[in-house]
Amino acid sequence: MAGGVLVARRVFRGGVHPPEHKEATAGSAVVWAPVPGRLVVPMSQHLGAPCAPVVGAGDRVERGQLIGSVDAMVSAPVHSPVAGTVVEIAQTLTTAGTMVAAVVIEPDEQQEFSRYVRLPDASDDHARVRAAGIVGLGGATFPSVVKLMPPKDMAVRTVILNGCECEPYLTCDHRLMLESPDRVVAGARHIARIVGAERVIIAVESNKPDAAEALRAVAGDGIEIAVLPTRYPQGAEKQLIYALLKAEVPHGKLPAATGALVHNVATAVAIADALELAKPLTDRVVTVTGAVGKPGNYRVLFGTLISDLIEAAGGLSDGVERVIAGGPMTGQALASLDVPVTKGTSGVVALPAGVAAPAISDDQPCIRCARCVEGCPMGLEPFAIADYAYVRQWDAASGRKATDCIECGVCSYVCPTRRPLLQLIRLAKAAAMAKGGS
Amino acid sequence: MSDLTERRVVGPSPHIVGKDTCTGIMLWVVAALAPSAIWAIINMGWVAAQLFIVCIGVSLATEYVWNAIARKKQTLTDGSALVTGMLLAMSLPPRTPWWVAAAAALVAIGLAKQLFGGLGRNLFNPALVGRAFVAVSWAGVFAAAPNRGWFRALPDLTAEGLDAVSGATRLMAAAADRMEGGAYGFDLAAQYQPLLWRNLEGSLGEISAALLIAGGLLLIIRGIIDWRIPTGYIGTMFLVSLAFGSDPVFHILAGGVMLGAFYMATDYVSSPMSKTGRLVYGIGCGLFNAVGRFVGAMPESTTFAILFMNGLAPLIDRLTRPRTFGWVKSRG
Repeated sequence: MAGGVLVARRVFRGGVHPPEHKEATAGSAVVWAPVPGRLVVPMSQHLGAPCAPVVGAGDRVERGQLIGSVDAMVSAPVHSPVAGTVVEIAQTLTTAGTMVAAVVIEPDEQQEFSRYVRLPDASDDHARVRAAGIVGLGGATFPSVVKLMPPKDMAVRTVILNGCECEPYLTCDHRLMLESPDRVVAGARHIARIVGAERVIIAVESNKPDAAEALRAVAGDGIEIAVLPTRYPQGAEKQLIYALLKAEVPHGKLPAATGALVHNVATAVAIADALELAKPLTDRVVTVTGAVGKPGNYRVLFGTLISDLIEAAGGLSDGVERVIAGGPMTGQALASLDVPVTKGTSGVVALPAGVAAPAISDDQPCIRCARCVEGCPMGLEPFAIADYAYVRQWDAASGRKATDCIECGVCSYVCPTRRPLLQLIRLAKAAAMAKGGS
Repeated sequence: MSDLTERRVVGPSPHIVGKDTCTGIMLWVVAALAPSAIWAIINMGWVAAQLFIVCIGVSLATEYVWNAIARKKQTLTDGSALVTGMLLAMSLPPRTPWWVAAAAALVAIGLAKQLFGGLGRNLFNPALVGRAFVAVSWAGVFAAAPNRGWFRALPDLTAEGLDAVSGATRLMAAAADRMEGGAYGFDLAAQYQPLLWRNLEGSLGEISAALLIAGGLLLIIRGIIDWRIPTGYIGTMFLVSLAFGSDPVFHILAGGVMLGAFYMATDYVSSPMSKTGRLVYGIGCGLFNAVGRFVGAMPESTTFAILFMNGLAPLIDRLTRPRTFGWVKSRG
């Protein structure tokens, strides 16, 4: 199938197909968001140990200069997205609602985006990817270098680039694949080379045929383009591996146990940029959409406040009830818009009343319709786990495999009585984790 | 343009919800039943309309009063009591005395539903419990087939020498004929057309199998009910009829099979939740319904077949849990 487009019919068990709402931004070419008057760059934009600032108030910084780092295996350094002056080291609220240290930078009047401090010459690819501060840009924000070092006993045979973008509303990966297919492919080749994989698949959902075609045109030998049916959560790692390889990641094991390694397409581009251009990760494409004046895809410097970004996108329309960082199925509802865009912020979605989910109420009965059972891509019985969680029978909830939940949100989405199923399952998971179970 | 600092709603993901609501689902069921109900009223007149009014009215009233006394949130708008009332009416013969219908509705909502904990907690289908209550308390309502006399719609039966089972439904006639070894020469194939389009024997819901099937297919296509239950039910009924050497088409069209398979057995609360479980449950319903017809002395066995399977549903669920992704049998 070298160079061809593989069209898969069968996907995975369960799932849903929510209204996509991608049309508002799918045709919007990526443009730079304006440089705000002040950047608040968090020292923790990843899963793992937070960084410590290596600059202080009053310091001059250049674009690409290291401003935060930590000596830990699972972490990712932070670089200044602009040339400017450090104003202060302060605490900031994050999209997740936590408080973290941040380097506050006042950018210079003039910015030259093509100029940046090159990453130091590195002895190997791993060191370079680590130094670039690259994390999973699909939203998981797991440091990418760790995934490039699979356990010795698990050979990676297949590299899968995830361009599914199954979340409604978001089109940032779509635009990236469409506008920079060569960079996506370059990243895929680098990843395959680093882990020694023989097979490379770039997976795209069927609602982005133009992206699949753009990739195919530049893919060349040895890279397969797979077009998968549009169905949420097609882009979830386990479901994607299953759809492509018909292999199930065993309970409690790494995806590498199936011989597959999955990276997001934007992550692949960042890896290619780090290896070929010595460019650190300082910005990303963010889809700003929903009830805003000018929906679009913006290239945003990390540390840009979401309130500034929304202003740049024409402001919120009237009647916006929830503003989401990320996609509407897995993102976070923001209590404050004065939080910075970070490496994991794939979108900012403004949902008006009526579209946004109603506030949680806890007195709705389960009518046993089984939509959650049919929809669960993990084959769980969400209603049962939630029932046990509701009465705090944590062991019983664990017994129904609460920890296998991938938190895709399908169960809550389909529930006709709007029971907060996923939230109850999260409580059950947390209780199980606290007990050290798996 | 709205102020960036105004108050926002926060909550856990997902932040959007699907289109189906409890009330919406119930209204789809009502819509699917509506053509049959209207056709029954057109053909049977005021007695049928009265039955709908009494069953639905008493169902809603019982639900309201129960919630009021128990100081619970009112639940009339979820639509479930409306569906129960409607289904109950359709499961009764048109000449059912109004006070019998009222008692059935009281039992359906008060005993089968609310006493068990309300919507989502009832082990048994409330409408069927109401009907079963009538069947054991006023068996004559069904047996005497009081339609006769009110509607001059039975000459075809009597003309075929069925005086021995005078006043019977087509199903009873068929059963009597079968027991006598075909002595009456009751032609089952001749019953297809009336059963499909306009049948005045039996319950309101037996007025037209075709309308029930159309409504049932609508519910399947719309994703309201699972095809596995009616398919298992009707398929089994068909095959067992065949095995007993009887006309399978007649047996799936006659009696309460269509109403039971598409609208009663598919009740969410009292049926299993796994896909396999639903198929098993549907087959079980069909099997017990057929057994009642061919082995037992209960040609109209739909009610008890489904109620029996309702009781088994939790067990079926236990035995047919879906396999969790990633819990593959280890290969070594």
